Amino acid sequence: MPLHRPAIAAGARASLPVLLGVVPFGLITGVAMVASGIPPAIAVLMSLFVFAGASMVAAAQLLAHGTPAALVILAALFINLRFMMYSASIRTHLAHLPLGWRLAASYLHTDNVYGLSLARFAEHPEDPHKLEYFLGAGLLIWATWQAAVLAGALIGAGVPAAWRLEFAAPLAFIAMTVPLLRDRAMVGAALAAAATVVATSGLPLRLNLVAAAAAGIVAGMLLERRGR
Amino acid sequence: MSSGATLWIALAGMALVTYLLRASFLLLPPEVPTPAALRRILRFVPASVLTAIWAPELLLRNEVLFVSLENERLLAGLVAIAVAWRWRITSATIAAGLAALHLFAALTASLPA
Repeated sequence: MPLHRPAIAAGARASLPVLLGVVPFGLITGVAMVASGIPPAIAVLMSLFVFAGASMVAAAQLLAHGTPAALVILAALFINLRFMMYSASIRTHLAHLPLGWRLAASYLHTDNVYGLSLARFAEHPEDPHKLEYFLGAGLLIWATWQAAVLAGALIGAGVPAAWRLEFAAPLAFIAMTVPLLRDRAMVGAALAAAATVVATSGLPLRLNLVAAAAAGIVAGMLLERRGR
Repeated sequence: MSSGATLWIALAGMALVTYLLRASFLLLPPEVPTPAALRRILRFVPASVLTAIWAPELLLRNEVLFVSLENERLLAGLVAIAVAWRWRITSATIAAGLAALHLFAALTASLPA
């Protein structure tokens, strides 16, 4: 299938402003992972294979607390469940493509690419070059992200512990959470999750994380139903 | 810190799980619809899980609830929440939170015991 180059360029161009956010978050991810005790080379490998910042920072934190691998993977599953939501939403536009392209697009599918592509596809629903736009944005964001994580992992190894940069990890999660709290149901979900994670912190294997996720989902759905 | 094997297993498992989530619905043929109930559940996942990760870092010390003016992590976290609420800029939130952490730590250290 020949690719339409101008559409690739258009996707890459549209992603330029987003890179202003990708670079600092990539740097912080690299620094925070290394500050939590992950070797820089593993941090970079994880970035290539997992390519999902929030789950990587969380994994580094959990591993530092001695969490077993199965629970680290489970935490990543929960944190990255939103990608399933993106996949369900973007398939309206990409489902007709050959499987190979859908598999390639899946690897590049991040929060930013989803946001950019969905905005564009809503404006131009009949655009025949949606894949190219998606790939253009996805590839530039991917390359920028990987460079930023590499730089962060290298810097992170040389940062003195007295700077307490490991606190950047929870701060990054706060920065990701707060903009999500747009309605009562979402605030309720977050509060329920916070209360549950603290109340059940005595559970072994950091299972309180699973309990909190369940509590948040139930609280959110109940509030949503009552609000109608 | 966990052992080397734990690290590698975690990396491989995370890579697999994350890719499968990203591919999930794109693997379905075009004519299959997305279940509405699943969409409703998925909506609350990010806010719940992300909060469950940062809340203990602010509220607990040595696995015990620690709500006090001497808890500089809690105070710095509240500053970060306020900054994120007002400006929604990731780098500003992190910079403000780190600055507040050091400020509150210095204030606590200077207090008479």
